[in-house]
Amino acid sequence: MTTKLFGEPIPRREDPRLVSGAGRYLDDLGPDALAVAFVRSPHAHARIIDIDVTDALDVDGLVAIYTYEDLAGRVAEPLPVLIPHPALHAPRTAHPLANGVVRHVGEAVAMVVATDRYVAEDVCDRIRVGYRPLPAVVGIDAACAATHRVHEDVPDNTAARLVQEVGDAPAAIAAAPYRLELELEIERSASMPMEGRGVYARWDAADRSLRVYSSTQTSTSLRFALATKLELPVDRVEVVTPDVGGGFGVKIVHPWPEEVLVPWAAIRLGRELRWTEDRREHFVASAHERGQRHRVRVGFDADGRLRGLDVTFWHDNGAYTPYGIIVPVITATQLLGPYRPGAYRVEFASLYTNTVQVTPYRGAGRPQGVYAMERTMDAIAQQLGIDRATVRERNFIQPEQMPYDHGMIFQDGRPLIYDSGDYPAAMAMLKELVGWDDFAAYRERARAAGRRVGIGLACYVEGTGVGPYEGAHVRVETTGQVVVATGLTSQGQGHETVFAQVAADALGVPIDDVTVVTGDTRRFKYAVGTFASRAAVMSGSAVALAAGKVRDKAVRIAAEALEADPGDLEIVDGAVQVKGDPAARIALGTVAALANPLRYSFDAQTALATQFAKAARVDRPPVADDDEPGLEATDYYSPIRSTFAYGMHAAIVETDPETADIRVLRYCVVHDCGNLINPRIVAGQVHGGVAQGIGGALYERLAYDRDGQLLNASFMDFLMPYASEVPAIEIAHLQTPSPLNPLGVKGAGEAGVIPGSAVLASAIEDAEGFRISRMPISPSELWELRQRHATGASPADRDPADRDPVDREGS
Amino acid sequence: MKPASFVYHRPTDLGDALAALAEVGHDGKVLAGGQSLVPVLTMRLAAPGHLVDINRLAELRHVTVTGDAVRVGALARHTDLERDEPAYAVLPLLRRATAHVAHRTIRNRGTTVGSLVHADPAAELPAVLAVLAGEVELVRAGGGRRLVPAGEFFLGPLESAVRPGELAVSATFPVPPAGTGSAWLELSRRRGDYALVGVGVLVTLDAEQRVTRVRAGYVSVGPTPIVLDLTDAVAGQRYDEAAWAAAGALAATLVHPEEDIHATAAYRRHLVAVLTSRAAQRAGADAAGTGAGTEGAE
Repeated sequence: MTTKLFGEPIPRREDPRLVSGAGRYLDDLGPDALAVAFVRSPHAHARIIDIDVTDALDVDGLVAIYTYEDLAGRVAEPLPVLIPHPALHAPRTAHPLANGVVRHVGEAVAMVVATDRYVAEDVCDRIRVGYRPLPAVVGIDAACAATHRVHEDVPDNTAARLVQEVGDAPAAIAAAPYRLELELEIERSASMPMEGRGVYARWDAADRSLRVYSSTQTSTSLRFALATKLELPVDRVEVVTPDVGGGFGVKIVHPWPEEVLVPWAAIRLGRELRWTEDRREHFVASAHERGQRHRVRVGFDADGRLRGLDVTFWHDNGAYTPYGIIVPVITATQLLGPYRPGAYRVEFASLYTNTVQVTPYRGAGRPQGVYAMERTMDAIAQQLGIDRATVRERNFIQPEQMPYDHGMIFQDGRPLIYDSGDYPAAMAMLKELVGWDDFAAYRERARAAGRRVGIGLACYVEGTGVGPYEGAHVRVETTGQVVVATGLTSQGQGHETVFAQVAADALGVPIDDVTVVTGDTRRFKYAVGTFASRAAVMSGSAVALAAGKVRDKAVRIAAEALEADPGDLEIVDGAVQVKGDPAARIALGTVAALANPLRYSFDAQTALATQFAKAARVDRPPVADDDEPGLEATDYYSPIRSTFAYGMHAAIVETDPETADIRVLRYCVVHDCGNLINPRIVAGQVHGGVAQGIGGALYERLAYDRDGQLLNASFMDFLMPYASEVPAIEIAHLQTPSPLNPLGVKGAGEAGVIPGSAVLASAIEDAEGFRISRMPISPSELWELRQRHATGASPADRDPADRDPVDREGS
Repeated sequence: MKPASFVYHRPTDLGDALAALAEVGHDGKVLAGGQSLVPVLTMRLAAPGHLVDINRLAELRHVTVTGDAVRVGALARHTDLERDEPAYAVLPLLRRATAHVAHRTIRNRGTTVGSLVHADPAAELPAVLAVLAGEVELVRAGGGRRLVPAGEFFLGPLESAVRPGELAVSATFPVPPAGTGSAWLELSRRRGDYALVGVGVLVTLDAEQRVTRVRAGYVSVGPTPIVLDLTDAVAGQRYDEAAWAAAGALAATLVHPEEDIHATAAYRRHLVAVLTSRAAQRAGADAAGTGAGTEGAE
């Protein structure tokens, strides 16, 4: 028997290539391409008065300078609104180059093409842009006040307003025996992949075809976007994703201005062009996420059970909304976590500011929602004097209530129905793992020794594997090698390994015979992309379905060759054989040859399929009406709705009583993403996610000043945690299979990051004894909170003047 | 993030290097470890017309211990100094502070003297030179040579006393008097980051193990390294009974830190008190030979 690979923690097959420097990233391609650089706005908001290139024209090596005036046709139009939504009443997107007004520091104003990047930057330095600065709108308060506008035709700076309601939450809260109101803020962070964005374009003038390489999370959709923007037939455009050094969400946005402009100029100049984003550009010209303020009103009974939950939040979407309002929509729905909220009302306003646009970053609105909900759970526990875990347990949806319909609409436009899960079991597991019940005694002993420690926990539910579909193509070569192609991209997740595991199992071949290709529109044209923890669910299922079709065909052809009943055959180690009679077998490569009736042969294997090779069945055509030549198949997986993974994290922190330095002593994870295809890869995903969660909770923020200047646009001042800041991560898995897909899997990509701010706020609050309501938190901020707490002020209180911006607008 | 063009000079002896520096004057920069200069160039925060690379000047890569001082040549890497046993034996503060300079890969390239010349008030070595009252040796073509004491060397943030045409060839860290112990403590956001506040403390005890002198040097609390004499707070007290918190409290009244995106001014002042107190206690124990001063706060 071939060893079953599904569920095995085999090492990542791509790693030897990637860690030995043999990867091919965007900047490794096109060594002879011309280089592109951009002049970017130094102002957060300004009118462009003029652009003077006189001094730049005599720079040796300059090839071209373009400004908005040079753009024409659809390239001159605003970039698309990728995900329109009825509540997004004022979507605004940038032009590829600024059309008269810049709305954030970093917006592209002019494009320079030169012989190399050094020269291109020299040219940029010599282009003089005259700006008339306009007032900058920075932060949620300024956006709500609307004293100034980001977009002239959006007077209230509001892109979208959405209300979802299940029951009458205000009435339920009013009638509840206990009530609380909290204001909870979370600041911006960003995806920050190790490799920034990049695009390399080649135009074949004779063939009138374009090939674009992009460090993207969606090559298929970028292809359609470019065909539309550049007004080319789709079959004249190919998009290839090389090795990608991380995405974390930012590269799902497309087409970026640079992704349109580089191919556009390559066609215009008839030259190969490449642009590689540098780190400063990534800080100011790509995307951020997370910045939200939440006001939570909750009513509950004496046991801590929720009666009603009314959440209003304000989402800072930056200058543009190319990705629509997916982030706040996810917050609004996923805030509910594993709980029954009683009546629920949620309202958000998505607000324009003169800062970098907001698009999904790993977690995509969930970290904020979970933070709001879990802080609320802690506050209920504190008010009632009940254990924090107990309050959560009392509100859990129970396993027997699955599938559980929240009565809301999720980010995929489909009902928010949890498919499966066992939340009480996960909580029991987490309490055991972290030693929850023993911690109070430990905390007291530590306190007696002059140490301050605290424990926190947080739960989340994550809708994963959103549709609409993914597909896969599986082909067996006459050598017996299996090639799997799927359209979604890979940016380091391990797709070459897990898709090979799925295909090898379905076909009965050794994994070494399987090669996986992702994100290349030459190989697979229809796909959605790699985001929303969907690759394993979507493409994994599609690979299983396509490989199953190939298996069925192989058995059918082999049955004929072996003169056996198909029901008596199995595929073992790359050969079809009669069950119980391994001597009667035929190699899959031979089956592949037989599957393609030939007139011409090139080797002994294919000679088997030529017309005189065997007694011909003259009673039917060589290829039946309902068949196709070749041992290959394509199939698609399109789920009815998302599948819901979940997890619970606990952390133990120590805060220095004097310096307020914060150390994470332990970090425990219970995680359920259904069946595990490869536990090692899932653990890696959780580790990386937790590291980003700790980053978002304790280190990362995007420090804008009042004028919209980003003060920390470098890795010196934007602090991502090093390995030295991330503790060993303890993981336990539950496996509750999803009933929605053939593999029973759920997504795992984003899980680790989601409860980071919630769990660390909970732990710090436990150590300190006062409420933590703004994250991330630094030692300096914690110390300042201690000073306020010592004077009797509630550290959580905000200035009353900042409150209720939506109400103040009279909405 | 590509530097503007510059002329690259790579002299092979000191004379040629000084000649090149004399020729390029204001328009030249010395390239040693490059750990600060190269990022500055790639971000085009500076665009000197000439770089004089001194990495071929092997005679400048030395750490020399004399009876009363440690002399560090311009090409000695942070790691050279950190790992130099004779230097550690006479002046342990050097290793204790250098261990906090960024990360190993940076210490392997960056130079001690380069860090002094760069004069970043958040860097460790300028504060060490200042608290030890060391000096920097500057030479120029034609035989010009001057020794600039630390107190006159650091003029402002990223501004040292090196003049166009001069090369800092060595720095001298004097060994403190007998009976002196040291400690270095700093708090940084992440391991290896510039400190929010860092302090190096020297405590000198008399034969009865009573404090006779306390000197502290600080990073990240002013435009240049700040040196304070805190002797008055604890003079005459035994090291194991001394009111070290009083030294910290005194220090906090003498510094004027500023706010930035990582810390408020009040928090920095508070850290000065806490870290001074802790470091002084360790330095006292170190002086008494009862404890090491190597532990760092992360």
